[in-house]
Amino acid sequence: MSGIPHDHYEPKTSGEKWLERRLPVIGLLYDTLMIPTPKNLNWMWIWGIVLVFCLVLQIVTGIVLAMHYTSHVDLAFASVEHIMRNVNGGYMLRYLHSNGASLFFVAVYLHIFRGLYYGSYKTPREVTWIIGMLIYLAMMATAFMGYVLPWGQMSFWGATVITGLFGAIPLVGEPIQTWLLGGPAVDNATLNRFFSLHYLVPFIIAGLVIVHVWAFHSTGNNNPTGVEVRRSSKAEAEKDTLPFWPYFVMKDLFALMLILVIFFAIVGFMPNYLGHPDNYIEANALATPAHIVPEWYFLPFYAILRAFTADVWVVQIANFVSAGIIDAKFFGVLAMFGSIFVMVLVPWLDTSSVRSGRYRPMFKWWFALLVIDFLVLMWAGAMPAEPPYSTISLIASAYWFAYFLVILPILGVIEKPLPQPATIEEDFAAHYDPKTGGTKTVVNPAE
Amino acid sequence: MFKTLTLSAVAALALSTVGALAAGGEAHTEDFDFSFEGPFGTYDQMQLQRGLQVYTEVCAGCHGLRYVPLRTLADANGPGLPDDQVRAYAEQNFEVFDPELDDFRPAKPTDNFPVNTSVGAPDLSLMAKARAGFHGPYGLGINQLFKGIGGAEYIASLLTGYTGEEKEEAGTILYENTAFPGGWISMAPPLYGDDVEYADGHSTELEEIAMDVSAFLMWTAEPKMMERKQAGLAAVLFLTIFTVLLYLTNKRIWAPIKKKTKAKEA
Repeated sequence: MSGIPHDHYEPKTSGEKWLERRLPVIGLLYDTLMIPTPKNLNWMWIWGIVLVFCLVLQIVTGIVLAMHYTSHVDLAFASVEHIMRNVNGGYMLRYLHSNGASLFFVAVYLHIFRGLYYGSYKTPREVTWIIGMLIYLAMMATAFMGYVLPWGQMSFWGATVITGLFGAIPLVGEPIQTWLLGGPAVDNATLNRFFSLHYLVPFIIAGLVIVHVWAFHSTGNNNPTGVEVRRSSKAEAEKDTLPFWPYFVMKDLFALMLILVIFFAIVGFMPNYLGHPDNYIEANALATPAHIVPEWYFLPFYAILRAFTADVWVVQIANFVSAGIIDAKFFGVLAMFGSIFVMVLVPWLDTSSVRSGRYRPMFKWWFALLVIDFLVLMWAGAMPAEPPYSTISLIASAYWFAYFLVILPILGVIEKPLPQPATIEEDFAAHYDPKTGGTKTVVNPAE
Repeated sequence: MFKTLTLSAVAALALSTVGALAAGGEAHTEDFDFSFEGPFGTYDQMQLQRGLQVYTEVCAGCHGLRYVPLRTLADANGPGLPDDQVRAYAEQNFEVFDPELDDFRPAKPTDNFPVNTSVGAPDLSLMAKARAGFHGPYGLGINQLFKGIGGAEYIASLLTGYTGEEKEEAGTILYENTAFPGGWISMAPPLYGDDVEYADGHSTELEEIAMDVSAFLMWTAEPKMMERKQAGLAAVLFLTIFTVLLYLTNKRIWAPIKKKTKAKEA
């Protein structure tokens, strides 16, 4: 792979030489594992490993669960209870899988916000970022379809609400919805195709993950300073970097184990904490739950979806301009997908030449507000769609869009960035300077 | 900065889930003290057996337990009945339809508790997980770690929550109940106290039998709870040790790199 100059694999024994000429797989593994990595990476750079672990965990537990699961509307709920009661260790597999999805999303949100703060999306890493966003979209689709499979009340009504979004598209909406569901309503055809796709998409994610890693292995990792690794010579690059193995593998594994302690405590002691009690009631098309809520990781976007009601002036203008084609429901759907789309566009919306938020005194506060905004949206998404929650959702949704579409483009022009360290080596040295007790960063002690 | 953000993310995550759960109603769930609460809580086998008796003599008249295999009554982490008693219990209490015989026959341990929808009463297999009793503190739901989800408490509160008031609505008699969302339930008070006679001489006051049957229904909803907690504890202990070892390994690996930097600077 191109990028930062470093040692490459040299086959030594005749057996290695034989294989290397035919299939350079050892060389590929060597280059991947020994990739020069900025030595100043902080603890926010561990989420990638956590995410890889989650993907493997979900695929392994999921394949075993699929051996015992029956995707039929009359049998699905009972087959999940069969897993819980009769399959050896089935209760553990299922709780690992359902809570594994939550860990997956905790990790992906922290990973994304890490990227947003340290400017990991900026040139030359736009492709890495966009592939990451595709992975995130595929994850949401997988999680949504997986939640339908136990065929509980929230499974059924969640599926009805979310697929109903497609019905909001003018003209083609209803045919699309019918095509997705395989019929006029959520039924056996829907359950079967969701099971099939829930099994398929994780392997697409695995493929995308490989491309994601390939992309940032070509550009090199970003790092907390946003300053690039010097790459004029190998000797110089080695001052800024350390090989991934063993330095970062061990660091990441340590972090992963610490996270797994908490994860297994939740699985062992409160496995239904993040679930909804209504999903232990079998799906019933005749009884709508009092309050339909999606899983926690969809709540921010669910809040944005519901925020734009017919009495909001933006919606009214859109309705007027489009001659009634864009009604409140369709506007909400556009806003929800738009809220993710603005994240995809962020490499071109952020006009600042400084990568890391550490050296951007104004950006820092807007970013902190964005994180709070995300949490407010998550909270508002769980609340009923009535005042004051609807107003809070609307303000929070507005900030979400303002951050990407207004604040980031303007900040890059008006903000005066702080001085950045010349090299990663300098930053690392300052961090471990005995004078500061070895715990302080150069510019921003608050971190 | 990220440290604080991470913390607040976790807090908000907790808040939001619970918002989801909290939208029930103003019904009151009494906080009963059960033996299976908390990370180390276990089922009280005698209580499960008493609860089974209450279920069989009272609840089974209208409610089924369709997902619960009769053989699991012998589980050591459940009621723990001896095999011959399970067989006798199944035969004496339940008849199931056998498609091979094309007729009804006495139930065997390999059968599930029969489905019972005679009067439209809901199945009770999962009731203790399908109802959340409480969401505290401050709607965070973290008390699940120490008290469970509150499903058993909800059932016990419901069984002891009748006020004695009745009203007729569209031909159905509704009974006022302080634990039921909405306040009025169509189930007549099933327990009054002294409804059963316990072989072990345990008290048969209303609250006691309500707790016994609630504990039994917690077991029917989560029969592998004790295995799960044991596995969880083993995993947490093992991973904690592994984490410490990895911490020390990581520190050792990085020490020369950090020291070299310090020496150069100084």
